[in-house]
Amino acid sequence: MRALCWTGAGRVAVRQVPDPELRNGHDAIVRVRLSSTCGGDLPLLAGRAPYLADGDVLGHEFLGEVVAVGPQVHRHRVGDRVVVSSTVACGSCWQCRSGAPWCCDNGNLVPEASELAYGQAVPGAFGRPTAAGGFAGGHAEYVRVPYADVGAYGIPEPVSDERALFAADAAPAGWLAAELGGVHPGAVVAVWGAGAVGQLTARAASLLGADRVIILDPLEDRLRMARRHTAAETVDPRHADIPAELRERTGGRGPDICVEAVGPAWDGRPRSLAGRFTGAAERPRAVYEAVHSCRKGGTVVVLGEFTGQVDAFPLDAVGAKGLRVRGARPHGAGQVPTLLERMARDELRTEHLATHRLPLEEGARGYALFRDRRDGCVRAVFSPDLPPAG
Amino acid sequence: MLARLAGARPRVNPADLHTGAPPAGGWEVVTINRPPNEVLPGGRRPEPLRRLGRAIQVDVWPAPAGRGTELAARIRPGATLPGLAAHVAGDDPARVVRTALRQAKQFAETGEVLRADRSPIDRGLAG
Ligand SMILES: [Zn+2]
Ligand SMILES: [Zn+2]
Repeated sequence: MRALCWTGAGRVAVRQVPDPELRNGHDAIVRVRLSSTCGGDLPLLAGRAPYLADGDVLGHEFLGEVVAVGPQVHRHRVGDRVVVSSTVACGSCWQCRSGAPWCCDNGNLVPEASELAYGQAVPGAFGRPTAAGGFAGGHAEYVRVPYADVGAYGIPEPVSDERALFAADAAPAGWLAAELGGVHPGAVVAVWGAGAVGQLTARAASLLGADRVIILDPLEDRLRMARRHTAAETVDPRHADIPAELRERTGGRGPDICVEAVGPAWDGRPRSLAGRFTGAAERPRAVYEAVHSCRKGGTVVVLGEFTGQVDAFPLDAVGAKGLRVRGARPHGAGQVPTLLERMARDELRTEHLATHRLPLEEGARGYALFRDRRDGCVRAVFSPDLPPAG
Repeated sequence: MLARLAGARPRVNPADLHTGAPPAGGWEVVTINRPPNEVLPGGRRPEPLRRLGRAIQVDVWPAPAGRGTELAARIRPGATLPGLAAHVAGDDPARVVRTALRQAKQFAETGEVLRADRSPIDRGLAG
């Protein structure tokens, strides 16, 4: 089959790779119809740790049609249209059963890698380094989906592919951020980043009854899109003193919930010379601003996937203001079915985020547009069925 | 330390599994979201641990707060792992024990052990 493979720092190319096979009784094989770029891919693409290997297939957000199922798959059959959650979870361990599938114990093929990095094995995901327990990704004609009853979700008939695609990762991430942040009717929420995840966080906050939602992003086209598709107010941080602006808009209290949805530096490349040698990650400015701006006793949710340790974190403010700081990885079990229902009821629209639709063969161009945020690109999505441009 | 922890809780099938001196460190432990009688059906060690034979000690006890069963294993002092396991272990035999425990956990919880894709080399090149 054809798949978009990582071929070295900053490079991707379509290659012929073996078709995936059913390897476990719980596996399904999905023929991909659409897959999306995501900010979490960029540090990997740039060649930052954890490292991709030459030939690893990218893409953790995809949907398609089931073409084969293992004997232990009971919820899906051949022909089903499904969207697949980005994180691989088993559905049976204590973490999964107690509602935290993003902490699954069994979804990783190389648990030693994250044990070494984080002290515990975290679940694998599609399109992540195989050396770190990841699975071949969705920028391909076919994908093997382990624990398919848990990770794949049937898409209700009225929901288009372009809409349902965002139920794989971006919409659940936004929903999870709003839930973990404790968004409630009357809450005031600030979201850093007006990409797909930021916009969907804002939308989730509105649907959960937030009184005011404020999105911050330096890109005017994204702010315009956010104003049109979410009920959010927008702030361009280039022209604002952020904490002062947020104080003014929140009666001097500061937002109840601050969500970082910017992710790592856009190119994943350390800016400083020292950083280039040590591999240190870019300082997550949005997290600092969120901690600084958040109201006393409020909650900061960090959604971005950072690729290294962060020093000089404002721990003093976390203590002095009594903040709650939460991290999260989306996994569908808690969110996808209800998000798909909301999509079917037209409460949640996401198709506008797929600004560029390209054949798989134009993967390199798609990632460049997405990375550089050129041409109004919010998400480049790929379809293996589109013929390559002659 | 583990002995003390274990002693504080009711043991399951200690006669079958507990051999020789009480545990004194060097244990690898996983928590399995299943009752003890499913983790060790009929008191028998699960397959991934059985493969390591007499070289390892195994112990179980219920996990707190309804989290299932804690399954512990360690290489018996002075023992060497059998055959292929010894070869795989190299200079980190504890890793073999960890892997076996993890597989026992996956098997008990999900009914199978998660397998990687076959590499192109395994399949005799692309096709
Ligand atoms: Zn994503
Ligand atoms: Zn699990």
